[in-house]
Amino acid sequence: MAGGRGTPLVEMKDISISFGGIKAVDHVSVDLYPGEVVGLLGHNGAGKSTLIKCLSGAYQRDAGEILIDGRPAAISNPRDARRYNIETIYQTLALADNLDAASNLFLGRELTTPLGLMDEAAMEAETRRIMARLNPNFRKFAAPVSALSGGQRQSVAIARAVYFNARILIMDEPTAALGPQETQMVAELIGELKRQGLGIFLIDHDVHQVKALCDRAAVMKNGRLVGIVRVEEVTTDDILAMIIAGKKPAHLAA
Amino acid sequence: MQHARTRSDAPARKSIFDSLELDTRLLGMIGAFVVLCLVFNLVTDGRFLTPRNIFNLTIQTVSVAIMATGMVFVIVTRNIDLSVGALLATCSAVMAMVQTVVLPGWLGLGLGHWAIAPLAIAAGLATGAVIGGFQGWLVGFLGIPAFIVTLGGLLVWRNVAWYLTNGQTIGPLDPTYQLLGGINGTLGESLSWGFGLAATVFALVYMATSRRNRRAHDFPVKPRWAEAVLGLVVAGAILGFVAVLNAYEVPARKLARIFEARGAVLPEGFTAGYGLPFSVILLILIAAGMTVIARRTRFGRYVFATGGNPDAAALSGINTRWLTVKVFALMGVLCALSAVVASARLTFHSNDIGTLDELRVIAAAVIGGTALAGGSGTIYGAILGALIMQSLQSGMAMVGVDAPFQNIVVGAVLVLAVLVDILYRKRTGER
Ligand SMILES: Nc1ncnc2c1ncn2[C@@H]1O[C@H](COP(=O)(O)OP(=O)(O)OP(=O)(O)O)[C@@H](O)[C@H]1O
Ligand SMILES: [Mg+2]
Repeated sequence: MAGGRGTPLVEMKDISISFGGIKAVDHVSVDLYPGEVVGLLGHNGAGKSTLIKCLSGAYQRDAGEILIDGRPAAISNPRDARRYNIETIYQTLALADNLDAASNLFLGRELTTPLGLMDEAAMEAETRRIMARLNPNFRKFAAPVSALSGGQRQSVAIARAVYFNARILIMDEPTAALGPQETQMVAELIGELKRQGLGIFLIDHDVHQVKALCDRAAVMKNGRLVGIVRVEEVTTDDILAMIIAGKKPAHLAA
Repeated sequence: MQHARTRSDAPARKSIFDSLELDTRLLGMIGAFVVLCLVFNLVTDGRFLTPRNIFNLTIQTVSVAIMATGMVFVIVTRNIDLSVGALLATCSAVMAMVQTVVLPGWLGLGLGHWAIAPLAIAAGLATGAVIGGFQGWLVGFLGIPAFIVTLGGLLVWRNVAWYLTNGQTIGPLDPTYQLLGGINGTLGESLSWGFGLAATVFALVYMATSRRNRRAHDFPVKPRWAEAVLGLVVAGAILGFVAVLNAYEVPARKLARIFEARGAVLPEGFTAGYGLPFSVILLILIAAGMTVIARRTRFGRYVFATGGNPDAAALSGINTRWLTVKVFALMGVLCALSAVVASARLTFHSNDIGTLDELRVIAAAVIGGTALAGGSGTIYGAILGALIMQSLQSGMAMVGVDAPFQNIVVGAVLVLAVLVDILYRKRTGER
């Protein structure tokens, strides 16, 4: 069990961001330790995706601070985030539909030959290797991802995030489109990555899944942080109550 | 386990077409082109498919085809460039002024000095890159729609060219420079064969190495006979093209003049073919280079990724603004190269050079299968599109179709080609 010891891998302090008057994230602070999975929960539009996009470099926060390994991190675009070994599975998957799986997996980080040209064969081989682990039924390596099913597309997005030795992994509803077997494989993958010492932010609407996979759960409502609880100290009903009522249950409020 | 898979998941029997793994869209375009040529040949009693006419068609296509390869990148990234004809005019004006006024007058290089052509072309390329890059910056960094930037550019650069030359025709241009115009500079028969053979060997070696590469990774490959058939077709096409251009003979009068200039007499029965024009070689090199850029470089990959999903490209760490600048700068450089070919073909710079080229270039790219929605398009398609447009135009002129009808047909064909493309995409399930 990690958490509460040593320097946090990530500290997001007092993060605020608004879109034309709407406070999408309002003074939220969360942290993440190595080898820990922190679940982010909340109703639709609570601000979960917006919060993690500040960490992944997709959005610029209006206020607040991000520390990585205890040091202030300058993250102003997705390239910066990748430099800090932050990998993200976006809710929208962020795939280029006209390209095949391998091209998407290596987008922005293509393998090249000594001449500086792309090494397509090597990239396809690596893609076949990782997909064999994530989704053994996956066959469509030559097709553009627009020709894939929702779950297959999600597998490609997951493969991209875990391939590049992330230290910090952000997963925004990674299993929303997956079948039960594939969901189980992702759950096992999360466990394995956790043992390797990665820190993982997991956004998921399934409270049982969060209770099973996460160490702590952070609940948001209307852009504000309701509270962060250790999952073993609460029941799923407690978490649901936090999501719906927007306040910590009485027996935890101390 | 993986190895067993790649072999066994293929259906037991494949049709001939599946085995060849041909691009059906390419086949369709080639088919349409062949039909077009045959019809014109029939109507003109065989005057359309003579070596002479094919030679002329080829050199007339080069200027638009060069720009069309760049337009593919522009349209793939969901932009448009309406200023290419005007930019061509500005580059042409700059090069004409540099070689007739700046270098001889201000720097004192004598007429015909060897450095005039390279320096003039360098100035033109720099002009194209800077203007193109500037337009790209307006689009990428300031967020002004490309349609507006380049619509403004159409007016601006057309009239900058006018201003630079006071609206006058500038010529004659430097003799070395004129070599890039087409008939004024050709490779001759034996060197053309050499070039054709080299190109054939290169194509075959390329096919063989990519096959070996796929084998090495245990990826599925085409059957050997399919590969051999494709190789033969490619070799036949290249060498056939060279043979046709070699068959166009230099007129006896011109030969006599050449021999006279050398102080010799034209031997009895001596003939010589023109062979490959330098401008066509330039187009072939550009086509090969642009194809490599599109398919094998990271820049090309980012162009297509940005066209497919700009947000995804940005989230993958691609600097899409800077990419826009580069794409437009590349377009500008290609406009400058087209300007070299166009003005060298005329042997002078004229004030109306490149007028309406933006429409021809966009039409060539679109007929060649470049989707205006972005994300898909091919270099060879755009070149074929340019060739189809030019054949249509000169075929109709040869048949004696009135000028207004020529343009009516070309306009209708453009719309029809896009309709066919939409239907094709629907059937193949492509977006
Ligand atoms: N780019 C944007 N422009 C304007 N408003 C935005 C933008 N992104 C998010 N918002 C707003 O911010 C709020 C939080 O959105 P966010 O996507 O973070 O919710 P979420 O918690 O991820 O919801 P869900 O569970 O539906 O994914 C919403 O009210 C949304 O409308
Ligand atoms: Mg969300």
